[in-house]
This record gives sequence, C-alpha cells and structure tokens, in this order.
Amino acid sequence: MFLISCPFCGEREQSEFKAGGEAHIVRPKQPTELSDDEWAEYLFMRKNIKGIQYERWNHIHGCRKWFNIIRDTSNDQIKAVYKMGEKPPVK
Amino acid sequence: MSNNLRFKTSKFIDETSRISFKFNNKTYFGFKGDTLASALLANGIHLIGRSFKYHRPRGIMTSGSEEPNAIIQLHDNSSRTEPNVRATEVEIYEGLVASSQNCWPSVNFDVGGINNLLSPILPAGFYYKTFMWPASFWEKYEYFIRKSAGLGKSPKVPDPDIYEHNYIHCDVLVIGAGISGIMAAKMAAKNGFKTLLVDEKSYLGGSSIYDSSEFSKINNQTTSSWLEKEINEISKLENLEIKIRTSIAAFHGYNFLLARENLTDHLPINQRENKVRHRLLKIRAKKVITATGSIERPLIFDNNDRPGILLSSAIKKYIDLYGVACGKNNVLFTNNDTVYETAMSLIQRGIKINAIIDNREQVDSKICYEVEKNNIKIYKGFSVVDTYGYRRINKISIMKLSKDGQTVIGDKTKLSCDCLGVSGGWTPAVHLFTQSGGKLKFREEDQVFIPDIYSSDQISIGSCNGDFSLEEIVKNTVSSLKKFLNIDNSEYKTIEIISGLNQSKRNIWLLPSDKSIGKTKSFVDYQNDATSKDIKLALREGFRSIEHVKRYTTTGMGTDQGKLGNMHALGIISETAGTKMGEHGTTTFRPPYTPLTFGTIVGRNVGEFFDIFRRTPIHDWHVANNAEFENVGQWKRAWYYPKENENMHQAVQRESKAARDSAGILDASTLGKIDIQGTDASEFLNRVYTNAWSKLAVGKCRYGLMLNEDGMVYDDGVTTRLGENHYIMTTTTGGAANVLGKLEDYLQTEWPELDVYLSSVTDHYATISVCGPNSKKIISKVIPDLDLSDEKFPHMSFKNAKIGNIKCRVMRISFTGEHSYEINIQANFGKSVWEKCMESGKEFNITPYGTETMHLLRAEKGFIIVGQDTDATLTPIDLQMDWIVSKKKYDFIGKRSLYRSDTIREDRKQLVGLLTENPEEVLEEGAQIVADIKKSPIEMLGHVTSSYYSPNLKKSIALGVVKGGKNMLGQKLIIPMENKNINVTVADPVFFDKEGERLNAKL
Repeated sequence: MFLISCPFCGEREQSEFKAGGEAHIVRPKQPTELSDDEWAEYLFMRKNIKGIQYERWNHIHGCRKWFNIIRDTSNDQIKAVYKMGEKPPVK
Repeated sequence: MSNNLRFKTSKFIDETSRISFKFNNKTYFGFKGDTLASALLANGIHLIGRSFKYHRPRGIMTSGSEEPNAIIQLHDNSSRTEPNVRATEVEIYEGLVASSQNCWPSVNFDVGGINNLLSPILPAGFYYKTFMWPASFWEKYEYFIRKSAGLGKSPKVPDPDIYEHNYIHCDVLVIGAGISGIMAAKMAAKNGFKTLLVDEKSYLGGSSIYDSSEFSKINNQTTSSWLEKEINEISKLENLEIKIRTSIAAFHGYNFLLARENLTDHLPINQRENKVRHRLLKIRAKKVITATGSIERPLIFDNNDRPGILLSSAIKKYIDLYGVACGKNNVLFTNNDTVYETAMSLIQRGIKINAIIDNREQVDSKICYEVEKNNIKIYKGFSVVDTYGYRRINKISIMKLSKDGQTVIGDKTKLSCDCLGVSGGWTPAVHLFTQSGGKLKFREEDQVFIPDIYSSDQISIGSCNGDFSLEEIVKNTVSSLKKFLNIDNSEYKTIEIISGLNQSKRNIWLLPSDKSIGKTKSFVDYQNDATSKDIKLALREGFRSIEHVKRYTTTGMGTDQGKLGNMHALGIISETAGTKMGEHGTTTFRPPYTPLTFGTIVGRNVGEFFDIFRRTPIHDWHVANNAEFENVGQWKRAWYYPKENENMHQAVQRESKAARDSAGILDASTLGKIDIQGTDASEFLNRVYTNAWSKLAVGKCRYGLMLNEDGMVYDDGVTTRLGENHYIMTTTTGGAANVLGKLEDYLQTEWPELDVYLSSVTDHYATISVCGPNSKKIISKVIPDLDLSDEKFPHMSFKNAKIGNIKCRVMRISFTGEHSYEINIQANFGKSVWEKCMESGKEFNITPYGTETMHLLRAEKGFIIVGQDTDATLTPIDLQMDWIVSKKKYDFIGKRSLYRSDTIREDRKQLVGLLTENPEEVLEEGAQIVADIKKSPIEMLGHVTSSYYSPNLKKSIALGVVKGGKNMLGQKLIIPMENKNINVTVADPVFFDKEGERLNAKL
C-alpha cells in the first residue's frame, strides 16, 4: 500500500484514495461533431503502461478532490502530484 | 521412555516447572521454555506425522518456522483446533493437546502408507495425467481425490478467541533480534530514532544467544555472554520498543509491513479468557532494517526424509537451548564447517558422535581439528548414499565421492545411528526483502542469492545479507548501519572477533547415488513429497521456467513454502538443464512469510461487525412490527411485514392490494439525496440528465435518467427545484455514493467553470411515502395546514410545510402509479412522523409495505429499477424510454453514444412486458427467453428481469429484455425451464392503468 501526497491534505495512505484511470483525456467539447471512431477513441482507448504513467486519483475518503499523479507502474514510485487543470511538471 | 535425553545445563529451561501435555492421546512431560518439538524429542519421539502424498513417516527436522514435517493438529476437536501448526514453534503449556496429521488409523500404522509402495506410478503430474479421460468421470474422481487431499482438519465451530488490528508508526523497524538485529536496534535507538524491534521467537538473541563456544568470541567473551549484556542494555532504552513472538508476515512497498503478534498461544487455555490472541500490526516505518538471518540447507540424498534426520543447527539448538539430545548415537553429514559447532556442543555434554561425513576432501579449520582431537572419525570426501529405518533412522550407508562429485565410488560402508544431522550450508532469508520489491543477485562462490537492489529506504544486514562469519556479521553490521542511519558510531568502536570456522564449502545440489535416479527418493520438498526425480521428470517433459516446474511438481507449495528445499530445486534444474544458477531467478516470494490464522486477518470484523450496515431512522419501528429485512447496498430495508402465519407471498399480495385499494406507507429514507446549489445548478442538471431542466419551475419535480458516457443507463430518480439555484436530487439506494462521486468528478475535472455545490444529505432526512386513494385524507390529517388541492399541489410538485414546529418538505410524486405523497423530514423526527401517519391512517387501514411490494407495484406500472431491469448494457432507447431523451439539448453525458453504430442496432436487447399463457404461472427472474426450441443450439433472445403475481390484475406479469423486442408486440415466445416450456406473449411493459387515471383522479 503506497502513500500519496494529496495536494490539499498532504501524505495519506493509498486506502483513502480511489484510482481514476489515465489522466489528461479531455472530454470533447463538441461530441456531436465526432465520427464514431473519434468518439470511441475518447470513450474506450486507454494506455496501460509499464513505467511512467499519468493518472487521475481522487481523495475519496478525505477531501474528495481529484488530482493527477505521475506514477511508475513498475515499482509504484510516485514522481509528481499536481492539481487538476495544472500542467504536468516537466520530467 | 528414558529421560536421559535431557541435560540440566540449559538456562532457558525452567526445570522447576514441569508441564504435562498430550500428544496422540498419551501424556508426556516437558518444562517451561520447551517447544512441543523439544519436549517430544526429550521424550525420545521423532515420528510426528505422515507426508502428504506418500504418507511416509516424518519427524522433526528443524527448530523454527521453516519446519516442513513436524506439523500437527493443535487442540484436537475443540473450537480452537488448528491444523498444520509447526511443533517447532509451539511453546508448551499445561494441558496442551496435539496430534499427528494425515494418517489413519495412527501415525505408527497408517493405511495411506500404501502410496509409498505405489510411488513408482505416482510421479509429478500424476493427477493431471491420469484423471483427464473420460472427462465426464471427473466428478467421480474428484470426490476421492478431495477426500485424500489436505493435511490437518479445519475447525467446524466459531473461533472463541479475540483478534485485533493495530497501526504502528516508527522511524526504524528492525526485523529479527539476532546478533545484527540487536546491534542495529541499539545503534538506531541510541541515535534518537524511534525504533521497533521484532522477532518471531519468544526470546531475543537468535542463534547467538546460546552460542557459548570457544570458537566464536567477541571482545574475548563468548558470543552469548557478550550478547546478553547487549540485550540487557537495549531493554532499558526509552525509544526502543521490543516485540517478541511477533512475525513479519508481509513487507509491502513504501515500507508498509504486516506483522502478527502472538499474545496468548503460549498460555494455558484457562489464562486466555478475554485476552487478545493475535494482533495484526500494520507497520509504517520510515526505515527498515532486515536482519532475518539465514536458514540452514539440508542435503539431497536418497531417503533423506526419515524421522531422526535433522538440520545440524537444529540439533545444536535443541542441546544448547533446550538441553535436549536428539539422539544417543549421532552421525553428522556436511559440506561445510557448521556441523563442527554442533559436534562441539555434543562433545561437551558427552553425547556420542559415531562419525562425521564431510563432502570436502580438505577440512582444515581450527574447530575441525578440535573435533578430530576428540577421536571423532571424520569421513572426508564421502557422501551418504542411503538411510535405513522405517519410523526412525537406524543406519546409513556412505560412499566416497568422485573428484568431480558427480558419482560415488568404492565400497559402501554402513554406519549405525539414531540421529543424522545434515548441513548443506546456509540460505539467506531474503523472503521479506524480495516481497518488498527488492532484486536479488546470485553469488557464485557459495551459491546464494543475496539482496542487490532495494526498492525502498531499507537495508539487509547479517546473514540474510550473505554475511556468514561472525566477523563479517558484526563488522558489516556496524559499517553499513553508520551509512544507512547517517550516524557516527560511538557504540561499537573497538570490537575484536575470534572465530574458529572457515567458510569453505563443497556445494553439490543433488548428491550422487549408487542407484539409478529412478530408484531413489531424494526429497527436495519434504512437505509436498517432491523429489529430485520429479524435478528431472518435469524438465524432460519440457518445463523450463522455474515457476512452471514449481507448479507441476508442487515444489515449494506447502505450508512451509519451501523454505528448505527451494534452492535445491533451482540447483537441480540448472544442473540438469546445463544452465547457470541465477539465470533462472527464483520463484516469487509471496506473503505471508509464515501462515496467518483467518482470525488475525479479519481482526474484530466478525459477527455483526463483519460488514457494516445502515439503518433508517424508522428501523426500530419495522423491527417492532415484525418486518423481514433485505440488504440493499449497505442498508437494511424492510422487505415485507408478515402477519401471523403469512408467508412472503401472502404478505406481499396483501400489502400490494391494500396500497391500491386504500393506503400504503413505505420507508423510502434510503434513497440517495444530493443537495445541489449554485447559479449553474440548472445547467449542470441539463448536462448530467438526458432530459431538459432549464424550464422546470421552482416548486416542481421531474424524473431524470442519468447515463454513462457510453450511453448506458446509470441511475434515475426524481429531482425537485427547491429554489432558483437550489435542487434536491434523489438517486437509487444502491447508487447514491457512486452518483455523487460521478457528479463531483465532472464538476472538478470537466466543468470546473460551473458554479455548483454538491452535498450528500441522504442521512439527514427520513423519507416517508404514503400512497393510495386515501393518501390525501391521511396527509391532510398529518399536516392540516397544507392545501392539498390539485390546483395548489398538483402531481410532480413540492411544498414546504410544518408538522408541529418541525419543517418538512412534501413532494407529490409517485413510484406506484397511485396518488401519493413523500414527506422528507429531519431524520431524528422520522419515526414519530411515521407513527403519526400510521395513527392518522388507521381508519383507512393504512398498510406498511416493504421493498418487495414496492417492486411489484412499480412493475404493474412498467417502471424500471436500475440494476434490476438494467445491467449497464441498456440505453434509454432499449428501455423504450425515448420520451425522456431530449432531442433539443446539444450535449449531455452519454448523448453521443446513443447513435454509435452499435447502439442504433435494431436487434439490441430491449425491455418488454411478458404475459404468461397461464395467468397463474409466475416466471423466474433470470430465466432465458427463446423463440425456437427446435433449433440447436437454441438462440438465446434475452432474459426475464422482473416477475410477480399481480393481485390487482389477478395475473402474472413480467418484464424482460428481448433482442428486437420493441417490434415483437403480441409475438409468442418460450421460456424453457428445467421440466417444462412456458409460453409467453410479448406485451406492453405498462400493465396497469396505462392512461394514469388513478394519478389524476379527483380525490
């Protein structure tokens, strides 16, 4: 069980959080303009990387805020934590 | 049995307190300080149980948690009974009862021993190969295989003991209180680190604490006396906590560890009352120092499993720590110097050593010379090729090893013995290190895996790090800790070590035999009866990966997880396959290190605390009025209220009829309630619901359907506009938490520009729904001030009201199709308002109804229940709810998905009504629906989602999903059941009052 530093609450146990999948997938502003394939790309296609992955997490049993983390999925080391809407820190 | 196996020299045994215990129904005596193993050995007992597959007699082999053979059933037949307990770890207490496992009728005569004779036809994979054909026979085979499988017996009644979980936070955790662990704890604690030291044993000091040999000295004192002073010193340190009988079960990432602290297992049963038995410690340490030591390796030769064959270090421990001689005529067999320490311990007490068999040609350390001086015959360059004796070893035969160690040569010599001590060198206990994500490297010189790359802030020290000589252990512990803790050592500045041992070793993984391998039984995994032959067979059959060989031969898959034999398995694989050791890696070390009881894992979460549940504010009334409950999410909901001898069906029929004929009352408090406020609240609802919300007037209610982005129905409920910028949303009972989470997600991540605030208020309000033709009269009595006229208070609207002085919200909404009201009031007034409604409704025979009747009534109206009639594969179009999907709105969650090529297919499963040909026949929910039963295979068209007998329609009704069902109105379909086929007709899903006359009736 790893520790996550919530940008609002500080370091807490992983059990307080919920993983929310890949980060930086923006909901299309005009879905109706998209082809089936383009919409499917947004809807279904996710990366599953062994290594550095950008992820959404939610402090669901704490402040309930969503934020992003950069995690190495091979060893669970968290490289960075940043708020929603912020740009990922340069590696 | 003679008692001259006990030597009164051990200060760890309290000879003044004699303890009696029972093993296999016979009473024996031991002393305080004994383990079950040491006490049995002192009574001359080696035979403990039978092996798993061949039922071979097995005895005590080790003195610790690595024990593969001496596993027993503790507390026979009592509620505390526990299988597979290692006799080497059980501290005896007055009244202990234990017995052998895996044998019938007794451990001395076991019918299953026939398997040993059959062993030539029971090779690795026997079961896989034999019971494959014919496939239909598997069920018959399985019955017998299951009967013979398993070791001990599980308890059949609840565990009477108490368990708990604790969290511990510390700066430094030291695992293992051997010599390096003690030194580490002292250095850490003295330098201001809040330190926790744990050890699985009941005493501190590890194997050094009973080492009073002249051949290993620290600062001119024996190791044990030097260490005793150290232990004495650290036990006074303030920021050091010491926990004995505490075994680390798991070492996870980020220095999170689980430990089991054993608090009462060493006490007599009558002293355990009301005490916590085991504590699961959840430890979060900033730094971890692993000092778990090493495990002595056995040697792999023919018949190396007989009772009386022990690890040489175990023999030493039994004599030094417990004052128990394992035999009176010992032979030691080794490939390294370790057994000479054992020999010295035996010599000192005058116990006979018949011979020492040493694989090495050259034996030249000081301690070896000392042993030789005592006229002990050492067979250098020899190997044991076989052993004899059924229930206890009585003879061995030895032969000279060839130069390359691949064969044995010359004549066979037989030597008598009643105990054989073996040593194949040492294996660092790297289990916890690898569990934590550490990477090992292989050290060629002495064929060991040692820690290489660490995954967190931790270090391994002592022999688990591959330091085996006393000098290396002490000096490397000091130097690596200085670095690791970033401290200046003042504790161990001058330390002088004298050691009489060399580290030379002649490693041969599988010792040669004069027989062909097919005729030998050289056990690699003792508990699972996996032999070198099995491993070679697996390789011949094409297995290459160590993980596959492990599973095929079951090597290392016993309760001991192969602590003794895994390295040999790897060695034999690489020797046979001609690859380099280390290339194969190791099998994965998984937690727990030693087995945990289920009690430890669940802690206090048993009985009513097993799973938390939520009760509505009106719960006590339901209980008092004989309600049966059903679990909905975490909630306990009133299911139905049986009267006298009513069964469920009768109660539901009565409740359903009463609700439509006069009045019914339902506790709807469990519905999720989300308070939504903010200037963009209307826009927000527009985006999350399929229908339009901007034009909903203040004071009005609207039903809404929520989709996932993939277009599938997610949740539904009525939302009420309380004010210009204020709504209250209701969700399904089970979906409340997820809906809130989803709404928060969109607000925070996709639409942060919206001014909207969400609060869950589910628990804050009690919700009471009163329905039926007399509901209006009842509510007018409960809230006389409220104008209930259709003009002032029409269907789908809300009013603020007061009951006495208490504010409440009243909605005129309906889930039954009846004229009905929903009162929402501060939760703590819920029960009294409910009672008031009951009293006011008495003259109208107001009938409380539960969830089953609610489901029936809504099914009559064809209203869906999300999660029962839907399953995340149905769009609103599939549900024939096109009316609720706004054509005008530019976007809402899931809109785009409603016209993907897949979602516009005509032959999707669609919700329809189903009427049985025989109106008395009630379908089974979940039953399959087909059109043609002659075709093979039969095409499945869908299934029944809801089914009831309607007392109001006096016939059976059902909802179901059917492929292309929308266009099948009136069509005949078939529900094939086990014994019959039921004919049904596709119907409109609204069965009752399609025009909604009852809702709009003037009352």
